[in-house]
Amino acid sequence: MQNIIGIETSCDETGVALYNADRGLVGDLVYTQADHAAYGGVVPELASRDHVRKLPGMIRELLDRAEMTARDLDAVAYTAGPGLAGALLVGASTSVALAAALDVPAIAVHHMEGHLLSPLLEDPAPDFPFVALLVSGGHTMLVAVEGFGRYRLLGETLDDAAGEAFDKTARLLGLGYPGGPEVARLAETGDPDRFDFPRPMTNRPGLDFSFSGLKTHTRELVARVAPEDHADVAAGFEQAVAETLAIKCKRALKETRMQRLVIAGGVSANTRLRAELERRLSGRVYYPSLKLCTDNGAMIAHAGWYRRAEANRDGMIAVRPRWPIDSLAG
Amino acid sequence: MNQSRTFEPADESGTMALGAELAELFAGGGIVYLSGDLGAGKTTLVRGLLRALGFSGRVKSPSYGLIESYTIDGRDIHHLDLYRLGHGEEIAYLGLEDLLSQDSLLLVEWPERGEGWLPAPDWRVRIDDRAGGGRSITVQQTKESTQSA
Repeated sequence: MQNIIGIETSCDETGVALYNADRGLVGDLVYTQADHAAYGGVVPELASRDHVRKLPGMIRELLDRAEMTARDLDAVAYTAGPGLAGALLVGASTSVALAAALDVPAIAVHHMEGHLLSPLLEDPAPDFPFVALLVSGGHTMLVAVEGFGRYRLLGETLDDAAGEAFDKTARLLGLGYPGGPEVARLAETGDPDRFDFPRPMTNRPGLDFSFSGLKTHTRELVARVAPEDHADVAAGFEQAVAETLAIKCKRALKETRMQRLVIAGGVSANTRLRAELERRLSGRVYYPSLKLCTDNGAMIAHAGWYRRAEANRDGMIAVRPRWPIDSLAG
Repeated sequence: MNQSRTFEPADESGTMALGAELAELFAGGGIVYLSGDLGAGKTTLVRGLLRALGFSGRVKSPSYGLIESYTIDGRDIHHLDLYRLGHGEEIAYLGLEDLLSQDSLLLVEWPERGEGWLPAPDWRVRIDDRAGGGRSITVQQTKESTQSA
């Protein structure tokens, strides 16, 4: 199995990429559905309709750029979950159909495993074992990655994901979507120490997160301050999220006795989070390139190669919108 | 019948405790519209209700995935957040009719986003801020409802 195409459609990004067993990544295209900004979030069915529209052209362009044809493909890897059901179905049905037409096997990939293994696409790549912090609009979790297929969920959010907290804070402040960059931009001119914000669940043991209370706190603050104070609110909120995440990361390294932290997910691009991690865990944090941090097809093609033993031709289009990461086998 | 009751929980644990009363009130199933601003405590109320029914797992915000479903003692409870819908029509893609079984309970946040496409509610729950802190939570059985309280 030489050439694997990876297809990612679990949320708003449409990603296609080619992974070659000898040469590594040989092509990678991502299309972000910017239209969603108008709705203040990812509209699930709109998202799946857009995946339908984008996928065929993107696959063609990917092959053209790599100077290959569909006949050169040896397997089709796709995100089978977790994610939005409608969006997953588009990627899964396209992939299974493509595999059947080419008479090659399909490989169902766990989106989070894609993220967990994606640092291995970098040069230099971090060695196993490591702790991974996955922070995005839909997920906030700490996972101990002992090796391929050996994942232990250390903690996750009990309510809102960190990225969701950013999106909702942006809504409270009358900013656009996605909320992360908008809140960060406003926070640049703000004083993070002017208002008190809680650091949820940092004063008790455990590695779970909770960002819902922070959202309520921000809401009550916004209701009683003037618009010119919003930059200070944004800065205080952002600092609270960054410190909360960094405190838990440090604790996760201590509890697992692992030496390295790898971050992924859209929120990992946040400058204040990176600064906090650097301050508390200097030299022990591995930052994959931003391109690999957000959703992409490269990580799916790559994880598909790791999962090549599970490649099959049964033609089943099975998606799992909810799929626990620690249910995967090595 | 169109009866309404108002509760005034002082804090988050009060809202959780009210969830237990609602669990009893909604024991026969149906559709509940949950209204209130971002951060008012809608998901907290649902968490309280699920805890009262004996569910001890994670009660995540449904904002990202649109729907979080629970089966407790053979009964289905669906927690929806329609905020991210672009058009009410998109409810059709959620397979809502499949979720409405005999005794299933649908708790719907941001129901106005599904206007015209969402079935009429059996109850409306409204969470408002109270001056001086805490919340005012109004639970109203709707006229349309054929349920008896």
